[in-house]
Amino acid sequence: MFDIQKIRKDFPILDQQVYGKPLVYLDNGATTQKPQVVLETLERLYDRENGNVHRGGHHLSVITTEHYEAARETVRQFIHAAHTHEIIFTHGTTSSINAVAFSFGEKYVRAGDEILVTEMEHHANIVPWQMLCERKGASLKVIPINEAGELRLETLETLITEKTRLLAVTQVSNVLGTVNPVKEIVEIAHRHDVPVLVDGAQGIQHEITDVTDMDCDFYVFSGHKIYGPTGIGVLYGKEKWLEVMPPYQGGGDMIKKVTFEKTVYEDLPLKFEAGTMNYIGAIGLAAALDYLRDLGLENIMAWEQELLDYATARLKEVPELKIYGNASHKTAILSFLIGDLHHSDVGTLLDKLGVAVRTGHHCAQPLCDHYGIAGTVRASFTFYNTKEEADRLFNSLLRIIEMLK
Amino acid sequence: MSIQDIQEEIVEEFSVYDDWMDKYNYLIELGKDLPPIDPKYKTDQYLIEGCTSRVWLHAGLDREGKMVLTADSDAIITRGIIALLIRVFSGHTPEEVKNADTAFLDRIGLQEHLSPTRANGLASMVRQIRMYAVALSAQK
Repeated sequence: MFDIQKIRKDFPILDQQVYGKPLVYLDNGATTQKPQVVLETLERLYDRENGNVHRGGHHLSVITTEHYEAARETVRQFIHAAHTHEIIFTHGTTSSINAVAFSFGEKYVRAGDEILVTEMEHHANIVPWQMLCERKGASLKVIPINEAGELRLETLETLITEKTRLLAVTQVSNVLGTVNPVKEIVEIAHRHDVPVLVDGAQGIQHEITDVTDMDCDFYVFSGHKIYGPTGIGVLYGKEKWLEVMPPYQGGGDMIKKVTFEKTVYEDLPLKFEAGTMNYIGAIGLAAALDYLRDLGLENIMAWEQELLDYATARLKEVPELKIYGNASHKTAILSFLIGDLHHSDVGTLLDKLGVAVRTGHHCAQPLCDHYGIAGTVRASFTFYNTKEEADRLFNSLLRIIEMLK
Repeated sequence: MSIQDIQEEIVEEFSVYDDWMDKYNYLIELGKDLPPIDPKYKTDQYLIEGCTSRVWLHAGLDREGKMVLTADSDAIITRGIIALLIRVFSGHTPEEVKNADTAFLDRIGLQEHLSPTRANGLASMVRQIRMYAVALSAQK
């Protein structure tokens, strides 16, 4: 049984007023709020258990190192990876993608090669590949979408050529909410020996994710979008790739032996973790994943589906409102525009009514270009949201239309 | 009326609204009443960089050597903000505009209640008006 009122008590930030109105937080696509258990974990760590990982032989360092490595194992279990050493901690999705673009790119991408992305990618899954292409003289190719905001997979076989070195695709679109059939995409790509990176930033918190079943080569996500702290992220890579890829940053902790003549790198995963990692962030992330596991991702998904259906129906009652992203399989993201009202006007007034949404191009300008729009208003729901909050959004929109018309 | 007097007048008008929705409602009404810009100025050349919405701004001089500002935006709240700026600065000499402050924006609380991106946009608009004033005073 999903007791929403009990769950909301786990998120103290939700219980507050902004501009004298109860907060309705519908910007979960940008960042999520943290459950009490994560906040307590962070406080306890700094309060009682802080020592740098893998370094000192002293009590605090040993405890922190144990927690840190346990966090790695928690992540492994959460995404069902084969090995714990395939889990690399980073600063977030963007730094994970940049790491692969640099490290994999250094080893495998040459002039004339191609990297395949999709039209619905976040800039974080476009720009690092563009930079790689510029460094190497390679080129970027794009899988198009249809009007509903789904990938046109029938184009995939022709877009993949013998020059394709990697395919990078998002699990879930941050603007449209579209859930991509990543397993199918991986299968097609692998038939042509093309490895696949899946951007899980908007997927991992809303979909049951099994990288072994999906068979992707790389999977990346951010802690702060899955109820964990900011500044921590994950790069999962198959052992066969991580073993042969060169490290992308040098420094402490990633070495076995350093002399001025030659440095011998550490084994996985430390080879990719130069310098002091955000170990407190990693342990906080593990606390968030434990919290989700206890709630049950199936329960979360069922409630979010109910919220999506309810909110979609309500928004469809708003005159002249157009929803962007009508995929048959989507998460509880609702991007929309109302008539010719500017998204920033709607967003500004929603904010003053206590409803937090995001407006603009959502770091996906090519996607907005596809629809010929400058941006949208995006309401992104998650499991701690309620139907009453969807009503607040609906009623606020009616009031705003009245003001702006 | 001097630029300073107009600013005082606007501060006075806004002081009757204690709720932010009312202030925005007023801005929206001002936005709706903003006189249209000549379509020939609605081009990229007159676009101001750094705004969340598109803003076109043109400045010229009338026969008495006073600045005539016209503008448009695709966002109505932005149009309301521009309408305030035009009310303050249009009809004054470039020298007066160059030297005027914009304290009224802080005093009506607009600056702090805008999102950082909108506040940047507002700063860009003010900067653009001042640049026009500098250019037009050199032209005279």
